[in-house]
Amino acid sequence: MTTETRHEKSIGHRTTIKWLLVMAVGMFGFGFALVPLYNLLCSVTGWNSIATNTVQASADEISQEIDLTRTVTVTFDGTINGGLPWEFKPLVRKIVVTPGISYEANFYVKNYSDREIVGQAIPGITPWQGTEHFHKTECFCFTQQTLAAGESQIMPLRFTIGADLPKDIKVLTLSYTFMDTDRSVLRAGPG
Amino acid sequence: MSDAITHEAHHHGPPTGAKRWLYSTNHKDIGTMYLIFALIMLFIGGAMAMVIRAELWMPGLQLVQPDFFNNLVTNHALIMVFAVVMPAGVGLANWMIPLMIGAPDMAMPRMNNMSFWLLPPAACMLILSMIVPFFGGGQTVNTGWTLYPPLSIQSGMGMDLLIFTIHILGVSSIMGSINIITTIINMRAPGMTMMKLPMFVWSWFYTALLLIVVMPIFAGGVTMLLFDRHFGTSFFDAAGGGDPVLFQHIFWFFGHPEVYVLLLPSIGVLGMVIPTFARKPLFGYKSLVYGMAALYGLGLIVWAHHQYTIGMSIETTTYFMIGTILISIPVGLMIFNFIFTLWRGSITFETPMLFALGIIVMFSFAGTTGVMLAVVPADLQYHDTYFVVAHFHYALIPGSLFGLYAAVFFWLPKWTGHMYNERLGKIFFWWTTIGFNLTFFPQHFSGLAGMPRRIVDYNMIFTEFNVMSSVGAFIFGLSHLLFLYIIIKTIKGGEKATDEVWEGSSIGCAGLEWTVPSPPPFHTFETAPQVK
Repeated sequence: MTTETRHEKSIGHRTTIKWLLVMAVGMFGFGFALVPLYNLLCSVTGWNSIATNTVQASADEISQEIDLTRTVTVTFDGTINGGLPWEFKPLVRKIVVTPGISYEANFYVKNYSDREIVGQAIPGITPWQGTEHFHKTECFCFTQQTLAAGESQIMPLRFTIGADLPKDIKVLTLSYTFMDTDRSVLRAGPG
Repeated sequence: MSDAITHEAHHHGPPTGAKRWLYSTNHKDIGTMYLIFALIMLFIGGAMAMVIRAELWMPGLQLVQPDFFNNLVTNHALIMVFAVVMPAGVGLANWMIPLMIGAPDMAMPRMNNMSFWLLPPAACMLILSMIVPFFGGGQTVNTGWTLYPPLSIQSGMGMDLLIFTIHILGVSSIMGSINIITTIINMRAPGMTMMKLPMFVWSWFYTALLLIVVMPIFAGGVTMLLFDRHFGTSFFDAAGGGDPVLFQHIFWFFGHPEVYVLLLPSIGVLGMVIPTFARKPLFGYKSLVYGMAALYGLGLIVWAHHQYTIGMSIETTTYFMIGTILISIPVGLMIFNFIFTLWRGSITFETPMLFALGIIVMFSFAGTTGVMLAVVPADLQYHDTYFVVAHFHYALIPGSLFGLYAAVFFWLPKWTGHMYNERLGKIFFWWTTIGFNLTFFPQHFSGLAGMPRRIVDYNMIFTEFNVMSSVGAFIFGLSHLLFLYIIIKTIKGGEKATDEVWEGSSIGCAGLEWTVPSPPPFHTFETAPQVK
C-alpha cells in the first residue's frame, strides 16, 4: 500500500469514527434526557399510573355527578420504607363509599427517634385502573411532613371517587409508603 | 524508536515474550487474547452456576447463605454476559473480519489493544465485588444482574465496584465496536462490496452498531445509580421525587437489545457454517441482511415486555406485546433461511454442523417460549419464575454460546493449522447438549408450577425437578473440561489443516479467510487482494 492511499484511508477512518463517537456520546446524553422525558410523558399520558397520583385535584375538576346505584369499598394501607423509625397507620382500615361524594380518612404517624425527620408519603392505588378516578382534594402526601423527636400527628386525607369509575371495580386499595427524604443523614446517623 | 521496532517486527514475525501480548496491535493476537479471556471467565462463571445448582439440589439451606446465593446469581449473569459471550464475540470478530474482507488489520490497532486490556481489570473488579462483603464491604449485591433500585441503592461497596466495572466494560465494548464498524466500512478489499460480505461480518456490523447505541444508555443509568447512592440525588428515589421504575426502563432499553448483541454474532456464524456443510450457497442472503436490520429496529422499541407487572396502562402493555410478537417474524425468517439452505444439500455432520443444527432446534424452542412470555396475561403468571429462567437459558446457551462453540470448531483449524479430533468434538457436542437439556428442560415445569427465581430455597414439591436440573448442570459443567482438552490438544498438534480446511468452505458466503494459509502468517493482506 502506498503512503498516498494510506493517507486517504485515514481520512475515511476519521469521518467514520467521528460519526460513531457522536452517536455514542449522544446516546449517553439521551440516557440522562430520559429522566425529564419520562416524567413529562407519564404526566401527559398517564401511561405509568404511579407518577400521576401525587397531584392535588381541584374541586371544580371533579364531576359533581353522584352515583347512588352502587358503593365502592376503599381500603387503606400504610407502610414505612427502609429504616425510617416512624410508626404509620390508617385509623380506619376500610370505608364503604358512594361515588361522587367526598369522604375523609385519617392516618396516624409518630416519630420514635430522638431527632427531627422530614418524611414524604408516596401513594399507590390498586387496581391501577382506578388511579385516575381517585381524586384527592386534601392529602398529607402533597407535601413533606416534618416530625420533631417523639412527635405524633393525625393527618387527614379528603377524597372523592369519581362516578365514572369502571363498574367492575368494587374494591380500591390506597397504599402509602413513608420515606425518609434525607437518606444521607439516616446513613451517617448510627455509624 | 518505536517506529524502528514495528518496522523490524513487520518483516520478521511477532515479537517474543510478554511484550508480544501486552503491546500487541495485531488483530490475530488480540483476537486470541479475547478468546482465551472469555474461556477463563467461562470457567469462573460456570463454577458459580455449579455452586448455585449444588445449593438448589435440595430444598433448605445447604452450602451458602441466602445473600451470598443472590450475589452468585448476580455475578454469574454479569460474567456470562459481559465477560464471556461479548469478549468471545469480539475475539472472533478480531480474528475473522480482517481476514474475511481482505484487510491487513483492524482500522485502529492501538485502540484495539486498549479495548482488550481494559477487560482484565474490569473482571478483577467484578470478582472483587463478591469478595468485599466478607471484609466489611456492607450488604452483598443481591439484586440480580438487573440491579433494580431501591435494593441496589441499599447494597454495600460491591455495588460501587460493579458500577465501575460496567463503566470500564462499556468503554471497552464501545471502542471495540467503533473499531469494527470502521474496519468494515473503510478497509474492505477492492471489489468486496457490502452485499458480498460474509454473513458473519454483517452480523457484527449490526451488533457493533447496536452496542454503540445502547451501551452508553446503560452507562448513564448506572451513573445515576451511583449519584443516588453517594451524592444525594433522587433519580430513582421515590422520597425525593424520583421513580425506581425509571431505572427499569433505562435498564431494559439497554437490556433487551443486549440480548441481540449476544445473539447476532452467532447467527452470523450459522450463516457461515450451514452453507459450508450443506455444500449449498446460503438461501436468501439479502433477506437475512435486511432481516437483521429489522431485528435491530424492533429490538430497540420493545424493552418494556420485561416489565409487564409494573403497572403500565393497558394501551402501553398492548403495544409492547404486539411489538414483541412481531420480532418472531425476522427471527423466524432467519431460521427458515437456514432450513432452506439445508434443503437438498449434501450435508455432512462435522462438529460445527452438529452445533448449528442443534441451535436451530433448541433456539426455536426458546422462540416458542418467548412468544408465550410476550403475551401479557400469560406473562403475569410466568413472571419471575423458573419458566423465564428456562426460556432465556434456551435463548442464550444455544443462541449465543453454542454458536460460539460452532465458531471455535469451525475456525480452530484455520487459527492453529491443525484439525481438532473429530470424534472428541462429536462426543463434546452430545455430552454438552444432553447436559444442557437435562438442566433447563425441567425448569419449564417447575416454573409453570410456580417456583420463583433468584431464591435460595424452594418448596418441597419442586425437589424432583431441581434434582434433575442439578444432575444435568454437573454433566453440562463437566463437559467443558473436554472442550478445554480438545482446544489445548489442537493447539499443540494434530493432523495438518489445508488452507481451505472444509470441503465446502468456498461454497457458502465465504470471504477471503480460506485463501490464506492455515495457520495464517502474522501479517496477511499487506497488499490488498482483488475480489472478483
